[in-house]
Amino acid sequence: MDAMEVSGLVKKFNGFTAVDGVSFSVRTGELFGLLGPNGAGKSTTIYMLTTLLEPTAGSARVNGFDVHTQSDSVRGSIGIVFQDPTVDTRLSAYDNLDIHGRLYGMDAKLRKERIAEVLKLVELTEWQDKMVKTFSGGMRRRLEIARGLMHTPKILFLDEPTLGLDPQTRRHIWSYIEKLRKEGITIILTTHYLEEADFLCDRIAIIDHGKIKVLGEPKELKGALGGSIISVESREPQKLAALVMKMGCCKKPRIDELTVSFEAKDGGKLVPKVMEAAFGAGIEIESIEVHMPSLEDVFIHYTGSNIREEKSGGSEFTAMRRAHGH
Amino acid sequence: MAIEPSKVYAVWLREVKRYTNSKSRIVSSLGMPLLFLAALGGGFSALVPGFNYQGFILPGILAMTILFTSIFSGVSIIWDREFGFLKEMLAAPASRQTLVLGRTLGGATTAIIQGLIILVLGTILTGTQIPSVAHMLGILALMVVLSCFLVAVGICVASLIQEAETFQLIMNLIIMPLFFFSNALFPIDKMPSWLQALSSVNPISYAVDGLRQLMIGTGTFSLWLDVGVSVGGLVVALVAASYLFSKTSI
Repeated sequence: MDAMEVSGLVKKFNGFTAVDGVSFSVRTGELFGLLGPNGAGKSTTIYMLTTLLEPTAGSARVNGFDVHTQSDSVRGSIGIVFQDPTVDTRLSAYDNLDIHGRLYGMDAKLRKERIAEVLKLVELTEWQDKMVKTFSGGMRRRLEIARGLMHTPKILFLDEPTLGLDPQTRRHIWSYIEKLRKEGITIILTTHYLEEADFLCDRIAIIDHGKIKVLGEPKELKGALGGSIISVESREPQKLAALVMKMGCCKKPRIDELTVSFEAKDGGKLVPKVMEAAFGAGIEIESIEVHMPSLEDVFIHYTGSNIREEKSGGSEFTAMRRAHGH
Repeated sequence: MAIEPSKVYAVWLREVKRYTNSKSRIVSSLGMPLLFLAALGGGFSALVPGFNYQGFILPGILAMTILFTSIFSGVSIIWDREFGFLKEMLAAPASRQTLVLGRTLGGATTAIIQGLIILVLGTILTGTQIPSVAHMLGILALMVVLSCFLVAVGICVASLIQEAETFQLIMNLIIMPLFFFSNALFPIDKMPSWLQALSSVNPISYAVDGLRQLMIGTGTFSLWLDVGVSVGGLVVALVAASYLFSKTSI
């Protein structure tokens, strides 16, 4: 049985469609990534799957439970680490976990055991009695992860787990996620960091404007781009792009300021040909580079834009609340 | 899903722990009621010879303490929304009624503790002697009903108004009128008619009247009316809070 089946999920806020017919399934034990820019609909999808928002249309089963009709069973069987901090800063780390355990119906003995286990996992044991308000951002995020795992959920949702953290802490969080993966827990992760998705996920779905553009293993997605990417820098990118098209190298080269990029099966062999043609046409080439497709190239290929170019007018959630009229 | 006592207890525990974790707030929130009692009460007592005004307003000041603490506690759901903890609550496998009840009892517990501190200090300050243990139990029962009622009112307000910026507005538009347009500071039969009208429809007046009868033996309404209005208010507010909170979203 798949851990999760999502079919045709739609969420509209006052005419604004945040999620537009999303379907996918997540296999038990896999680390599944939803990759997309801010405002793509990732968090809204997570909110629907965790029963915090009612879908406008479509359905989803999580751990075999329907999110609409069996929301309590869904909530009891999943763990969530939200994008925004949700720990109580006026309680100690221990109390945050203890109250969480009580809310999930765990008995005293089990709570005590699990608190020790999860605190050890995120290396906060010696801080357990300190007020969370004294914690750094990275420590709080680790506590959130510990809390999400407290009741041994079958599926863990991680919504942008490393957002706003420094690179070192990010690596740290990644290593916890790796550890969890080895324990066989199913993880759904949203991120707008390409390297994070590439590094962690078994499979990823690229989501943009509320729709899934492509879904597959990172390796498979990169491989599908045709072997290599050639980037040519020139003072006359428009002319160069036209030339590349005329040569039949590619249908639609991408122009980013002075650089023209296109996908090619055998990039290395093509380089001299491009240089020769450019020389013949009197186009001066500044530099030329061949590289293996990265997840970023995959993203550009399917969405037509760079993930960092997307305008981020606050988080998706603030946009959602604005659309909601609050 | 029904109400689960162990999860009600979890929510209650969180409220109480937060309260005991902030000792400075406990002390500072006692300042205003004590000032009212000492300065306002002392001043007016000197102005009206032969009338123990301080003793008269003690039940009013007690109600004021409960009013402030309870409504703030209920309304603090707005802060939970702002700082994220509300998501943790809403994502838990607990019914909305469970959350509302836990929250109500938790907020009420803190308000009752605050009230008891004021009651002890106030009786010493004003020389008020509570007639019997039965009277004391009656006072306690009314304090419980009043504080639960007001936390539930706070939850209703927090569920309706979602912006943290409106916090000050709530203070000015709800708490202050509830306090001043009541019999907390003045006897209802000596009020100008407009204030009398407002005070008579204010549920706080009935709780204050009940407390006053039990403390110093004077009152305007019948004790049963006082109890009836207070309990009725509690039931209505709890039902409304459950309904409105269940409509709330992250």
